[in-house]
Amino acid sequence: MKKSNNIFKKIADKAYKYGFISNINTEIIDKGLNEDVIRLISSKKNEPEWLLEFRLKAYRYWLTLEMPNWAHLNIPPIDYQAISYYADPLKKKKSNENKEIDPELMKTFDKLGIPLEERLALSNTAVDAVMDSVSVKTTFKEELREKGIIFCSMSEAVQEFPDLVQQYLGSVVNYRDNFFAALNSAVFSDGSFVYIPKGVRCPMELSTYFRINAAQTGQFERTLIVADDDSYVSYLEGCTAPMRDENQLHAAIVEIVVCNNAEVKYSTVQNWYPGDAQGRGGIYNFVTKRGECRGTNSKLSWTQVETGSAITWKYPSCVLRGDNSQGEFYSVALTNNFQQADTGTKMIHLGKNCRSTIISKGISAGQSQNSYRGLVRVAKNADNARNYSQCDSLLLGSRCGAHTFPYMDIHNDSAIIEHEATTSKISEEQLFYCNQRGIDTEEAIGLIVNGYAKEVLNKLPMEFAIEAQKLLSVSLEGSVG
Amino acid sequence: MSNEQEYIELFDSNRALIEEPCAELLNRERAKAYTAFKAMGFPSGKEELYRYTDVRPIFAENYGMNLGRLDVPINPREIFSCDVPNLHTHQEYIVNDTYFSKDGAEALPEGVILGSLNEIATKNPALLEPYYNVLAKGGDGVAMFNTTFAQDGLVLYVSKNSCVERTVQLMNVLRSNVDLLTNRRLLIVLEEGAQASMLLCDHAVEKIKSLSVQVVEVFVGRNARFDLCELEETHGENVRLSQLFVKQEAGSSFNHTTITLTNGLTRNSARVSLEGEGAEVNMYGLAITDKKQHVENNTLVDHVVGRCNSNELYKYILDEESKGVFSGKMLIRKDAQQTNSRQTNRNLCLTKCARMYAQPQLEIYADDVKCGHGSTVGQLDENALFYMQQRGIPADEAKHLLMFAFAGEVIDAIKLDALRERLHILVEKRFRGELNRCKGCSLCK
Repeated sequence: MKKSNNIFKKIADKAYKYGFISNINTEIIDKGLNEDVIRLISSKKNEPEWLLEFRLKAYRYWLTLEMPNWAHLNIPPIDYQAISYYADPLKKKKSNENKEIDPELMKTFDKLGIPLEERLALSNTAVDAVMDSVSVKTTFKEELREKGIIFCSMSEAVQEFPDLVQQYLGSVVNYRDNFFAALNSAVFSDGSFVYIPKGVRCPMELSTYFRINAAQTGQFERTLIVADDDSYVSYLEGCTAPMRDENQLHAAIVEIVVCNNAEVKYSTVQNWYPGDAQGRGGIYNFVTKRGECRGTNSKLSWTQVETGSAITWKYPSCVLRGDNSQGEFYSVALTNNFQQADTGTKMIHLGKNCRSTIISKGISAGQSQNSYRGLVRVAKNADNARNYSQCDSLLLGSRCGAHTFPYMDIHNDSAIIEHEATTSKISEEQLFYCNQRGIDTEEAIGLIVNGYAKEVLNKLPMEFAIEAQKLLSVSLEGSVG
Repeated sequence: MSNEQEYIELFDSNRALIEEPCAELLNRERAKAYTAFKAMGFPSGKEELYRYTDVRPIFAENYGMNLGRLDVPINPREIFSCDVPNLHTHQEYIVNDTYFSKDGAEALPEGVILGSLNEIATKNPALLEPYYNVLAKGGDGVAMFNTTFAQDGLVLYVSKNSCVERTVQLMNVLRSNVDLLTNRRLLIVLEEGAQASMLLCDHAVEKIKSLSVQVVEVFVGRNARFDLCELEETHGENVRLSQLFVKQEAGSSFNHTTITLTNGLTRNSARVSLEGEGAEVNMYGLAITDKKQHVENNTLVDHVVGRCNSNELYKYILDEESKGVFSGKMLIRKDAQQTNSRQTNRNLCLTKCARMYAQPQLEIYADDVKCGHGSTVGQLDENALFYMQQRGIPADEAKHLLMFAFAGEVIDAIKLDALRERLHILVEKRFRGELNRCKGCSLCK
């Protein structure tokens, strides 16, 4: 008995290891949202006039919208005036106006396992580290620049490559797309900008690490990836936040443009603070992610491992516009305690001979609710479309829920669309087999869940895959009862 | 002015006329439904359940309603007879929305009541009180509309351990000179251990615009068994909005088949609630469409308690510019453990302009369950077509054979032998485009 108590204590202690708060001198603007706040954000970032106009247009449109309620989620009302829309952890040097990085901030990222010193960093990953509303540092920028690859924060890109940004910003996710896209377009702060020129294969993994630190703020970053003809890039995204009793809003936009014969692989390991075992606190993760395969033979692949966030509400999507283009979506979504998730994808077939694959694995434990919602649309002229969808749900415990809401809108007679979903629980036999061989139940469940999610984890880059595997086991700890 | 407002005004100004011929029970529920209808109105196309079939424009059309219960001067038995040979059913008629009194109808077994809803509710209100509008009152605006304006329909009441061996066949015949809105109401109650089967046929006689709103409430008692088969053969100007509410008790069994061969716009919704352990429901659907036909089957199987089985199979064959919608939800409530549930939806699109919307959904709150669904959209197997052509079967014929086999899976589930055989023939005729007129109908010349 005592031993088992110890085990539970250990688990409780290490449940969310990124929950610390860094004491960084952060400049936070007043709470509230109005045109002046938007002007202030824009002026702080020294933005050109067109961008301010873009923000204001989005804001005015947002004012006309109501928060949608169609998702299978129970979202407490959000007071958009009680959020501070800009928090800058970088101190300003008085002398030359250049920003310097607080050593505490460097320590924070070290603690998160994201060293910002290039000599310490993993040799094949360039990192853009974003804390609250500002990109802190981007590593390997110069090495990449030699190949013509642009990898920098969105604010820098606006200053240095305004034409590129203006050409692509909002071209995949219009500010009128949805409630949170409009909000983000109005108040977005930093994020990453990636441009891979024609014929270049990006030599290293590009990665962004998002961290929310300041209290009572929201994070509204914006990522834009453009892969020009015949290029390739693999992009990773990770995120964490401190443990707090309040709920914080994260409403980002990710836009991806894939040109002829190009390929983009976008992987996410989402580990925002999920709230405690009583369902207090945690991040609301309401993100619009969409990529457009504009060119022929282009390919876009989304891989996501979702273990964090109190509420996850996102549908990374592929618009398959170019002929012969391919879209892929691999997802593992794990919810525990009182977490809620309504996630999935959209595959919009517009070009001819496009293929899409959807593999979604949901795992619910505790009293959580986990939904898959996905759309496969085949337009009238999208001949020979092929889609395969598989959505499996695993239930751990009798108080959680697993739901599947697929939509198939087929307007073409040559399409072949398959959808298959199953729901089950971990079989007693498998557990017994593990127990028999000296593997305790907790570990056995971790093992079985990892096996169940393998199909998706295999799609992640190596370092991420190991991290994600650990994450799945940790997130499930304590859910066995 | 929104179109519900028009109906509200119509009701206000004709309330006495509507209520006058009706039983007190109907009027009492009418008052409740009217209040609810005023509050909720018609569901809009933005609502998830009505995403693909927006009913607002349908109700906005100008239809006549027979609120004064004017007699339709026809005897359906003379002008209309079912053309399915050897069916041997108890034949009942509803002309528009009025039950056609049976004269010379054959005797029913003891303990079975079959007749006009209004008549039985007037004579024996205590019998229907525990059932009428009990399930439909939880429905949406369309169900409320139906209860508000419903004046008559059919009741089938099978008392404890009674069995209706011959199938009850209800023929809904539309007969009017003006565009018509009909409001039908069916109430079917099977007490413990009772058995019955029913065949519902929708026929439209003349090429007028018509909208039939139908609400069917079914109570299947403990260990009772009920088979319901609905067959629609109307025409392109007919709109059918049907809502079926079913409550099943422990050990009961319910089989439901919906077949749409010719129609204009159809939305069939079925809400089955499994409220006793060991209950079983099987639902089958088949739609064969062309031109601008629109067929939606919207199902919800609600597993309230554990140890129940549900099985759904819906198939669509879509030709020309037709549109098919399948939206099915399996809801497994908390503690509904050891549920076995399966849902299958298969669709064939034959042309570029045909559209299919499929939405097979699972909502599961219990962990010890076996649930699965599958949905496919595709074409006929080219290898099979090639194989048959190699063996001297012309391409067209081979195509028909394959489509026939595809539809056969649903038709074979029909329990009524004569109807099943007839349907095989009807479906084949339908594929060959020969099914334009119903032979048995003397009005079709």
